[in-house]
Amino acid sequence: MSDITLAAFAAETGGHVVEEPRELRFKRFERGFDAAGFLRSLEERDFRFVGRSSPAFPRLLLELHDPPPGLFLRGAAPPELLTRPAVAIVGARACSSYGAQVARLLGRELAAVGLVVVSGLARGVDGEAHRGALEAGGLTVAVLGCGVDRDYPAGHAQLARRICERGLVVSEFAPGVEPAPWRFPARNRIIAGLAAATVIVEARERSGALITADFALEAGREVFAVPGEITSALSAGTNGLLRLGAVPLTSSADVLEQLGLEAPQAKTPSLGPEASAILTVLAKQPAGADELSRATGLGAAAIATALAELELAGVVAEADGLFRGVMPQQ
Amino acid sequence: MLARTVTHALVGLDARRVDVEAHLQGGIVSAFALVGLADRACSEAKHRVRSGIASAELQWPGGRVTVNLAPAELRKEGSGFDLPIALAILAASRQVPPERVVEHAAVGELGLNGRLRPVGGVLAAAEGARTSGLTKLLCAAECAAEASLAGIEPIAVRHLAEAVAYLRGERDPPPVESANGHGPERPCPDLADVRGQERARRALELAAAGGHNLLLAGPPGIGKTMLAQRLPGILPRLPPDEALEVTRIHSVAGLLPPGRPLVTVPPFRAPHHTASVSAIVGGGPGPKPGEASLAHRGVLFLDELAEFPRNALEALRQPLEDGAIAVARVAGRIVFPARFQLVATMNLCPCGARGDPAAECTCSAARLAAYRDKLSRALLDRFDLLVTVPRPRARELGGEPGEASAAVHARVSAARDRAEGPKLRRAPEADELLSKAVDRLALSARGRARVARVARTAALLAAAEEVRTEHVAEALSFRSPSELGSR
Repeated sequence: MSDITLAAFAAETGGHVVEEPRELRFKRFERGFDAAGFLRSLEERDFRFVGRSSPAFPRLLLELHDPPPGLFLRGAAPPELLTRPAVAIVGARACSSYGAQVARLLGRELAAVGLVVVSGLARGVDGEAHRGALEAGGLTVAVLGCGVDRDYPAGHAQLARRICERGLVVSEFAPGVEPAPWRFPARNRIIAGLAAATVIVEARERSGALITADFALEAGREVFAVPGEITSALSAGTNGLLRLGAVPLTSSADVLEQLGLEAPQAKTPSLGPEASAILTVLAKQPAGADELSRATGLGAAAIATALAELELAGVVAEADGLFRGVMPQQ
Repeated sequence: MLARTVTHALVGLDARRVDVEAHLQGGIVSAFALVGLADRACSEAKHRVRSGIASAELQWPGGRVTVNLAPAELRKEGSGFDLPIALAILAASRQVPPERVVEHAAVGELGLNGRLRPVGGVLAAAEGARTSGLTKLLCAAECAAEASLAGIEPIAVRHLAEAVAYLRGERDPPPVESANGHGPERPCPDLADVRGQERARRALELAAAGGHNLLLAGPPGIGKTMLAQRLPGILPRLPPDEALEVTRIHSVAGLLPPGRPLVTVPPFRAPHHTASVSAIVGGGPGPKPGEASLAHRGVLFLDELAEFPRNALEALRQPLEDGAIAVARVAGRIVFPARFQLVATMNLCPCGARGDPAAECTCSAARLAAYRDKLSRALLDRFDLLVTVPRPRARELGGEPGEASAAVHARVSAARDRAEGPKLRRAPEADELLSKAVDRLALSARGRARVARVARTAALLAAAEEVRTEHVAEALSFRSPSELGSR
């Protein structure tokens, strides 16, 4: 039995197949299946396939009790990318600006030290984590719940293309398979399976990100949760994880420490007096430009100048007119 | 018996000379024919002229009366032909001397009682008369000041009988007050009414000083509209040639206030988002200027930008690029000037709660995406300044009244004067910051040019010798926020 036959059979029947089925239908399919032709047609579309019996198949993924027959790959990176140390960053699609900014920061910082950032290309936290990794010039892998030929969600088609330039978009489902709600938990198990540690940034009480956390725990991987406000519904899931014993994530150094990696010396950007004053105010809570102006006594022009400086240094981010410090407070 | 008067028909903003010929043919049958491609309002002139002549206690000639508006192929619109038609008939019946009548151009609508009513486009008609070599224009008293702007002598008459008396040499026309712009200005709302909102005020000042397009985003009720309405008050007054340009457009649209026709304050036009495309960019069978042209040399304000139909917004891209709108018709192409400054507001989401810390946004991701999709990248790229204004906290609203418009106006005018001087260079460090921002913030070429423009304005406002780092940094803080969906 070959891995590719199983994967193709799964696509043909629309089912989720990880072991060779005993049914007659599979035998019939196997007899009529042209594996070489199938691989050729993949190649023509610039897709690749890594079977689980191949040496290039990620070891960590094999450790799952139900590893997929193989992974379809799209993108410029070699399949060995999947065997490099990776961290998954997942969370709510409808995230808050806090969640988005934390996801981007983590993506950026973890990718900057050479870790592969794995996520699910979804809106919200997933997308921001990918973007953060790209911003740092790092490597990132997007795992889809449909064929790799589909850009899902459609709004992230361009993001997927940018990921493919240096990283990979992967799926256990053959090209042509449509996204369906029941395929997402299967996708989440691959995200958790590829990564040595999983970070949940924001999750509601019943969130797909919690499924990813369950898979990670099942596979014996570390699970980090970003603490949130106890009054926010968007943090109910992550705070629940913390109560159950997940490791609270207070900065990217927590992840690096767990993986036995050296955290790079945090270089404090040299800031002017105005910028430092603003940062002090923002350490308490996000604020609009006018509030900052009142709190620091600076004029509107000076505030705008300092805010641009801070944004360029990557320590402040704006959302809906509110500025927020995005460096973790030590 | 034949007589002729001269008047002018509007084609877009230009006046074309029209000769009104009246021919009388004696006979028993009384008839009145008006030929020469007159529209509905114009052909109804027959009835107004007949009643007007009777009301002025003049004689309606018996027999067959034929009036021709030449050239016959030019479409004539509106009621401004009443007076020249009446005068042509009176001249043909020798109730006024025909040789006096042809020395004058005439324009005006007649009431049934013979009173003369003002019409739109008198400035254009007066300019047309001047080009035709005429020096006097008979028009309604309300329009006289407007006509005098064209450097022609207006003969202001209130009644047809007055016009006849003047033409017979029985009395002099009343003198006309010159409209050189020294009358009382209509007061603009003052910036002092806006409390807090320093960042938005700063953006408004930059917009005024550099003529930048400005988009204000934020939850409803925080004073976005209030701020935008105060922009004309801090803009420099229009120089004479531009004032005349604007006045001509407003005259054609019939929007000039009587008594003080010259528009010296930059116009402010705020079409509602239910306005049709032709209401905004201009159009109609005999094309009329739309809101975009009425905002020429002034401010076009689009409140709730995302609520405007997409085709109306896309139609605005041409004037934003060329400063003019071309309306094509079978009969020809008419160009209306439309060099306006665009100021728009929008909410951050359809329900309006985004950006308001006290409210929870209930919009679904799909609805939010649809809302932001309405604004194309191409349109968003036309805004040099994008400000997201969060809802101010209560204590900010209790603060001091803001700086008054007069002070801001002085700074803006000074910056505009400096802009006339040699072009400011960017300091090397400022250049470096700009390059860094292009990489870090993924600015497009157009985005980079936009930041450079605003930085230059900031430097001009600060009376700096060159564009320095802080000016570029400030310009960067007003770039398109990623939250507007334009990453």
